[in-house]
Amino acid sequence: MNIEEINHLAKLSGLELDPHQTKQVSKELENILNLVAELQSIDTTGVEPLFHPIALIEQLSQALRVDIVSEDNNRTNNMLSAPVSHKGLYLVPKVIE
Amino acid sequence: MTRSNWEVVIGLETHAQLKTNSKIFSGASIAFGAEPNIQACPVDLALPGTLPVLNEEAVNHAIRFGLAIGSKIAPTSIFARKNYFYPDLPKGYQISQFELPVVIGGKIAIEVEGVKKEIQLTRAHLEEDAGKSLHDDFVGLHGEKSSGIDLNRAGTPLLEIVTDPVMRSAAEAVAYAKELHALVMWIGICDGNMQEGSFRCDANVSVRPIGQQEFGTRCEIKNLNSFKFLEEAIQYEVQRQIELIEDGGVVKQETRLYDPDRQETRSMRSKEDAQDYRYFPDPDLLPLHITQDMIMHIQANMPALPSTLRNLWQTSYGLSDYDASLLTQSKSTADYFIELLTLIQEDLVKPAANMMSGDLASALNRDGREASEAPLRPSHLAQILQRIQDGTISNKIAKDIFATLWERGTSGVLDDLGVVDALIEEKGLKQISDVGAIEKIIDQVLLDNPKSVEEYRSGKEKAFNSLVGQIMKASKGKANPSQVNQILKEKLSN
Amino acid sequence: MNWHEKSLTELSNALSAKEISSVELTQYFLGRMARSKEFNAYLDVQEDFSLRDARAADQKIARGEAGPLTGIPIAHKDVFVTKDWKSTAASKMLENFLSPYDARVVELLGTNGAGMVCLGKTNMDEFAMGSSNENSAYGAALNPWNTSYVSGGSSGGSAVAVAAGLTPIATGTDTGGSIRQPAAFCGITGIKPTYGSVSRYGMIAYASSLDQAGPMGKSAKDCALILNAISGHDPRDSTSLRKGAMDYQGLIGKPWSTPGGLPLQDLRIGVPEEYFAQGLQEEVRNSVQEALKKFEELGATCIAVSLPKTKLSIPVYYVLAPAEASSNLSRYDGVRYGFRAKEYKDLNQMYERSRSEGFGAEVKRRILIGTYVLSQGYYDAYYLQAQKIRRIIAEDFQAAFTKCDVLMGPVAPQAAWKVGEKSKDPVEMYLEDIYTLSPNLAGLPAMSIPCGMSQQGLPIGLQIIGNYFSEAKMLQIADQFQQNSSWHQLAPTNSGVKK
Repeated sequence: MNIEEINHLAKLSGLELDPHQTKQVSKELENILNLVAELQSIDTTGVEPLFHPIALIEQLSQALRVDIVSEDNNRTNNMLSAPVSHKGLYLVPKVIE
Repeated sequence: MTRSNWEVVIGLETHAQLKTNSKIFSGASIAFGAEPNIQACPVDLALPGTLPVLNEEAVNHAIRFGLAIGSKIAPTSIFARKNYFYPDLPKGYQISQFELPVVIGGKIAIEVEGVKKEIQLTRAHLEEDAGKSLHDDFVGLHGEKSSGIDLNRAGTPLLEIVTDPVMRSAAEAVAYAKELHALVMWIGICDGNMQEGSFRCDANVSVRPIGQQEFGTRCEIKNLNSFKFLEEAIQYEVQRQIELIEDGGVVKQETRLYDPDRQETRSMRSKEDAQDYRYFPDPDLLPLHITQDMIMHIQANMPALPSTLRNLWQTSYGLSDYDASLLTQSKSTADYFIELLTLIQEDLVKPAANMMSGDLASALNRDGREASEAPLRPSHLAQILQRIQDGTISNKIAKDIFATLWERGTSGVLDDLGVVDALIEEKGLKQISDVGAIEKIIDQVLLDNPKSVEEYRSGKEKAFNSLVGQIMKASKGKANPSQVNQILKEKLSN
Repeated sequence: MNWHEKSLTELSNALSAKEISSVELTQYFLGRMARSKEFNAYLDVQEDFSLRDARAADQKIARGEAGPLTGIPIAHKDVFVTKDWKSTAASKMLENFLSPYDARVVELLGTNGAGMVCLGKTNMDEFAMGSSNENSAYGAALNPWNTSYVSGGSSGGSAVAVAAGLTPIATGTDTGGSIRQPAAFCGITGIKPTYGSVSRYGMIAYASSLDQAGPMGKSAKDCALILNAISGHDPRDSTSLRKGAMDYQGLIGKPWSTPGGLPLQDLRIGVPEEYFAQGLQEEVRNSVQEALKKFEELGATCIAVSLPKTKLSIPVYYVLAPAEASSNLSRYDGVRYGFRAKEYKDLNQMYERSRSEGFGAEVKRRILIGTYVLSQGYYDAYYLQAQKIRRIIAEDFQAAFTKCDVLMGPVAPQAAWKVGEKSKDPVEMYLEDIYTLSPNLAGLPAMSIPCGMSQQGLPIGLQIIGNYFSEAKMLQIADQFQQNSSWHQLAPTNSGVKK
């Protein structure tokens, strides 16, 4: 992967890599991709993906929750670890639309 | 004008907030207007270790919508993660549906300037809403300008409804949006409150030379929350694109926002341009299986749709197009009329329709109420209609009774039975139909108004009305009008 | 009294007989923990909260309301969120995070559940990504048999704590071997149940379709007790299976077939040939084969089977797990909780810096790979392809189970390696996972029991893989082995191995 691709990948991943790291990471990713390249050569025609392992043996259906309000106001506890907050709002650097 | 060489192509994506008690994936409330983050529970905040569980009513609402538009309801649909970073998106992904949505196809009929058209829908799917960024002047730790994030809205259930790109004018788009708006409220899945953000439209707009098969490059205009803005934005955008192309430019595929103050669309700072959402099935949720039983159960409890009712009433009772439309303007009005129909005979249906589109509609408008909130219930209207029909009261007196009971009902509750008769008794409002009594009143009025009599006899028709007026006044409005007319004419011709 | 050598049942009996109180027992372990910090097994200890829970347990015992686990101490892997202890997942990203709720597993075992006493949160590889516990932001957990060697991972801290007698039992999680491998490296017993058996609510997510919680202890019997307490449907976890209650202890002590005969008469043990191919170290091969002989002595028959896609499990896992992880870890952005960088000029930079500084190198690698395999143009070739091969792997197991009741083999190609030995090349460590990854992909239950020692004096583990929902049988089989051998009774001391 070239520098541009790595930087784009980093951006999509919400990560920042400095130039030195980029080289190192590029190499490591290269190795991992070589490891997984083997997958391409397997013929999977007619095979359905197995997203949930137990779906192999039984049909799995999403359970439905009854529509009632079951959560109380627990804001104080929920916001115990808020890095920056003000009047019950989480603060972040201004979002420009 | 060069406009006539261009064809406008519009598709609409609408996000309707579903009317449930709790969020689509958690048990927090979705009530509007709460203090910030009071209704954001650990699941909504994406705290470590939290997981989503699906709200059954959200699914039911999706099924209702699918049935109402005659679509296919997918027996299996899958929730997928749409991955991107934004502070109002706590998990860093939105749970939505991608390859396998819950509703496929369907159509909605519109009418623009007398021309009917069917708008084809591509699909509708369930997803969660994001939170809100408040851009007031907050200040961060280092003094930097900051936005405040409120996640009360995060996790509110949404139904995203997508049309095929089949609309050809802003007018068609608005007509569709209005029909859709009325429909989702009618079937009870959305409160349609556009100010509160319950119903938001995105418009995909492109232009192409007439006759060209390929679509032009489209721009998406996001978050239009009024029909007026929808229309203005589309019109501006169409103009913008045409001018751009005619000037030799190329339309860039992008997301734009509408600025209602400047009445123009502008490019959105790329939050979503060229985004790779990396959709994949959400491993925390299982496939949603909707069975025929579930669908039939919901179908059995669906209200009749406005078009069905209109057809029915026009065929069965001969109601006019106009009356039928008025009566199906809202579910509240239609329900009221349906109840009224159970209380009256067929020969009172047309008068009933008239009373609803006349007295009832004005009173409701004046007071800003829905039919379901009217102090006069169908049973009261039925009583009034019956008393008009059997001659006990005149139409004029009926109006007074209506107004009086409305006022009384507004300040307190009205009894159901006999309250109309009680009022008639109380105020002595019975119509005077006794010939002798009427003659007596007329005789007195003729005596008291010799000038009018003279004027009538010398040919002034107006004087007749004035005499009628005096007679009605003398009888406190209770004299049977048709009898007054008849008897007065007789007496004057002598 | 060496309380740390006692089984859970022995501890429970001692508590009922008032030989010791829960408070005293808790203090005993807290004392040992304080004296053994060099192993770095624990990340957070809060003595006050532990003693509070112990007092509550003592009251329950006094009222005669004790269950089989009441008052017994337990250590929780730091991947489970807890209200009273920090929950960091061994990451700088969560160094100051305080959870407002307890994980389901913690609830079920705690004061309002089985009445156990939490001793603290144990060390692990950051966000459960790793096979050596060297990826912790708070230092590696060290193997108590020889502290120059890794403990294994990702549930290293829990394995160390049990092996060094710093807790009678512990919880762990297993996504690709993270219970089994550290159990093997530290000479203890650990089991990963069938996917969906134990609620993931409150388990900091790594790879959603692979993660599963399980007990790590000194014996199969002890593990069974914990598994009984933590398994069952949780409506807050949509992937939690709606099965009726299972009794994991129910078959322990019973013969496999005919009473009066050999205890494991008629048991068919499938031995996958791919687990004994090149790459398996001689010592491990020998120990495992000795163990299989022991099973044969107990009446079982070993049958050769094949799991042809065993090697492919590595690329499949290292596509799927990072993919799910890359998405699961997107919530760590410094907005609502967690590490926020000190310097940033705008929103994007705040995100990128907080995450880059908060996450360790391995976590970042896996996020990047995960993002890659899900991205436009690569999804079909990598992610979807991996999910298809996953089905083939799962079907291979089903084919094997038509010929046998359980599968057995090594847990890892070698015993513990030296700290730092494999840190240079991540891929080198990935290859060590070869035997443990497939059961996670297939969702099958799998466990590890001690079956030997290496020349270096480091434990070697035997892996038992069962068909779906057969944990009770696996524990039965493991217990028979443990009744007839003493590997699981070995414990490390400073002066060598002691029985």
